Amino acid sequence: MPVPAQMEFFIDPSRCIGCQACVQACTECDTHKGAAMIQLDYIDRGSSPQTVPVVCMHCDSPTCAEVCPADAIKRSGDGVVQTARKPRCIACNNCVLACPFGVPKMHTQMNLMMKCDMCYDRTSVGQKPMCASVCPSQALFYGRREEIERSRPRSRPITRFQFGSQVITTKVNVMVPRHQLIDLVDVTSAQHERAAGQEMQDDPLLAGMHLGEGVA
Amino acid sequence: MSRQDGEQLTVPPDGRPEAEQPRWRQDFPIDSPQDEYVARRDFVKFMVLISLAFTTGQFWVLLRNAQRAPAEALPLRAIARVDDIAVGGALVFAYPEPGDARVLVRLDAQTMVAYAQHCTHLSCPVIPQPEAGRLYCPCHEGSFDLATGRPIAGPPQRALPRVRLQVRDGVIYATGVEERSA
Repeated sequence: MPVPAQMEFFIDPSRCIGCQACVQACTECDTHKGAAMIQLDYIDRGSSPQTVPVVCMHCDSPTCAEVCPADAIKRSGDGVVQTARKPRCIACNNCVLACPFGVPKMHTQMNLMMKCDMCYDRTSVGQKPMCASVCPSQALFYGRREEIERSRPRSRPITRFQFGSQVITTKVNVMVPRHQLIDLVDVTSAQHERAAGQEMQDDPLLAGMHLGEGVA
Repeated sequence: MSRQDGEQLTVPPDGRPEAEQPRWRQDFPIDSPQDEYVARRDFVKFMVLISLAFTTGQFWVLLRNAQRAPAEALPLRAIARVDDIAVGGALVFAYPEPGDARVLVRLDAQTMVAYAQHCTHLSCPVIPQPEAGRLYCPCHEGSFDLATGRPIAGPPQRALPRVRLQVRDGVIYATGVEERSA
């Protein structure tokens, strides 16, 4: 059974409180029991406790699958990029190095790349992913688009990201301020800016926003 | 977002349409529905090639059999004089090669039988027991019928190979070996 198309994943990094509940919940997921496929990245650990949850963004053109020499990484018909197929994966680490978001995890003991598959065993039967079901601040939200638009009037979801010259469109949404004309999130430029909390918000995804024409 | 069957969901990095993509993208699609899809034509081609391989194999086996058949004419060899073996007595001999142990049993004045001495289960030597009318294998309690060499009890499933015998002028000759599958 595929993941229903109207159910979407939304990440709001500014809501993340760094509680690691999602990491603990992730280890309980039956598709990769005992290993967490989500991680919390610190933005600028020296000056801010702000963290960002990193889950698979399920790109429309998955870089991990593009670089896989063994044809092991597949995307199911509902757009979810799955863990590498065990009979095919040669544990070469290409996907781990290539993914711009840093999502795939190499499990050397099993010689298998495993990654966030949006808790396929749960979402494919209509349940929420583990992380979204436990997130106390709902930085990770899984549900309908109307729902989140109604409950978060100051944000809106976007699905475009830029890493250098690579522009990526994803299935997973990231929340950005609603009233700014943001076309995409330029992640690599944001890395070179100071995000110390003075002039910038301490969120790299928001700090490096590529502003479109006619900024309000 | 509803899609037709066979429609690509994944967009190639250069963003150009599917028709302009290199051939290997069709052969190694990222979407699992396309990856698992087998065209009817490919399936039939595969079936025909496999059947062809099996057919060729059968002909090859036939050819090998035809080549091998005339080569196996075993030598005629004298084993013992009839008078040397008492009725109910037995004799172990090698035929045709020195390592091929055979056991000969004289059932009565006229009849003699000879079989391979190796049990067809795990090759333990069988012991003739003419009073019980059987060849007995002590390893796993296997028994063979003394008159025919067929298994009658225990684990062996195949009959003992039988040595063809001929008696000429009071001398017993071995003339060949019958391998039997059942």
